[in-house]
Amino acid sequence: MPDPIAGTYDPDLSMKTDPEASWTKRSDTTAWYDRFPWWGVILFLIWSAMLAKILFDEDYDLAWKRISPGVTVTIRATFMAFGLATTLGLILGLGRTLKTDDRTNPLIRFVKIAARNLCRTYIEFIRGIPILPLIFTVALVIIPPLSESVGLKNKIPSEWRAIIALALIYGAYIAEIIRAGVQSVDQGQVEAGRSLGLTRGATTRSIVLPQAIRNVIPPLGNDFIAILKDTSLLSVLGVLELTQLTKQFANSSFKFREGYLVLTFIYLSLTIVLSLLLQQLEKYMTKDKTGAR
Amino acid sequence: MTTKPMITVTDLHKTFGEHIHAVRGVDLSVATGEVVVIVGPSGSGKSTVLRCMNTLETPTQGSVLVDGVELTDRDADIDAARAEMGMVFQQFNLFSHLTVLQNVTLAQRKVRGMGKAEAAAEAMRQLTRVGIPEKANSYPRQLSGGQQQRVAIARSLAMNPKVMLFDEPTSALDPEMIKEVLDVMLELAAEGMTMIVVTHEMGFARAAADRVFFMDEGLIVESGTPEDLFDNAKEGRTQDFFAKVLSH
Repeated sequence: MPDPIAGTYDPDLSMKTDPEASWTKRSDTTAWYDRFPWWGVILFLIWSAMLAKILFDEDYDLAWKRISPGVTVTIRATFMAFGLATTLGLILGLGRTLKTDDRTNPLIRFVKIAARNLCRTYIEFIRGIPILPLIFTVALVIIPPLSESVGLKNKIPSEWRAIIALALIYGAYIAEIIRAGVQSVDQGQVEAGRSLGLTRGATTRSIVLPQAIRNVIPPLGNDFIAILKDTSLLSVLGVLELTQLTKQFANSSFKFREGYLVLTFIYLSLTIVLSLLLQQLEKYMTKDKTGAR
Repeated sequence: MTTKPMITVTDLHKTFGEHIHAVRGVDLSVATGEVVVIVGPSGSGKSTVLRCMNTLETPTQGSVLVDGVELTDRDADIDAARAEMGMVFQQFNLFSHLTVLQNVTLAQRKVRGMGKAEAAAEAMRQLTRVGIPEKANSYPRQLSGGQQQRVAIARSLAMNPKVMLFDEPTSALDPEMIKEVLDVMLELAAEGMTMIVVTHEMGFARAAADRVFFMDEGLIVESGTPEDLFDNAKEGRTQDFFAKVLSH
């Protein structure tokens, strides 16, 4: 029986498949060293080196003891601001998607159009201004007269004024996430709901929102981490969170290097752990059991 | 057909923006128990007419009378009217976050206020009717296109509608799945369901339609029994169209 390969021998082809020249081969699977997350290893090494410094160097250990208690305030402020901002963002974001038609009751129509436009005004106003001046404005210009008018003159601690400021700011950013999530739901889903006799509201509650939530989780997670990092801005109001404690420690001891290394270490640890948790949450939320993707 | 009309459309116009005049004055009446098929080239306005019947598109002008209710009235209870009209879409539009069973029970529960068990029992009856009760706990994306479309039909049937609207129900399906959907539709027609079907399936029209409407450029050009139109069309445009679609 003739060799089936022999008849198709081609010197050019044999060059390309020469085992000596493996780099000329094309393969469907990329090499492991191409796929390997080297960045993670490098990051872990840096993190470990920082940890070693804190564990074994007295000066760094002192900085750690003075700064790390601030993590309570940082985390509390993050959760509070995120919770309030998400609530506000949900209201503003849904407000921006309000729709009317000729059939809508004229009064309700007017209210809806007004609400939609006011939501948009707020969002665009806030998003057009940097965060730092906004925090000053809210905490020092807007809240004091308001608190006075309800009989709480100077009674609102700066931590809460700062949290409210962050929530008002991030509410505008989260509103855009919510709006995008709602608008990413296929219009056919709405038509199917309406054609079955569901009202606009029932369609939103039972069909649009559950699907929008899946689309919204990843960007919402990003904003959670962004808020965590931006709590460092609360230091400008004297809130005793991580960054403020670091400033105080460094200014009083002149151990700037130690202080800011410890601060970096803590923020990095928090954000990396959060990113990993969010990755898991995303995987869980987009799994088969929740339906189409 | 001498029974009372289920749907009467009079002088229907629909424009999109300033320049697109999709429907330019359509009159048609569908009797209870009648199966009507609307055919025509792409862009002839046939889907728009269908979507105006349950006001998924608001008519620009004209009257849409469904079971005695004028849907173009400002005060008409559109949601109540829609609950009595099933609609099947080209893209199925199953609720992707819900199981098949939840898809079929949702409107029964939210619109009809039925209890969970009662709605589920009705859903299983309809899923059995379309031949896929075993998929009740699957999610839409785990089903083939033909299965999804049959679930969509069951979802509409579970509301016990007085009329079913089909908007190109087989146009997004692979050829081998078209038959399973058409079989369900033929069965429905045989059971006496009032149906209005926009489709390119001439075989279905011939087998099931009481009347066929041929639309072109936003107008009904000609209507009649399938035989009238397919074989003895009077208008040149109708003859051209059927010569093309029936030539294979």
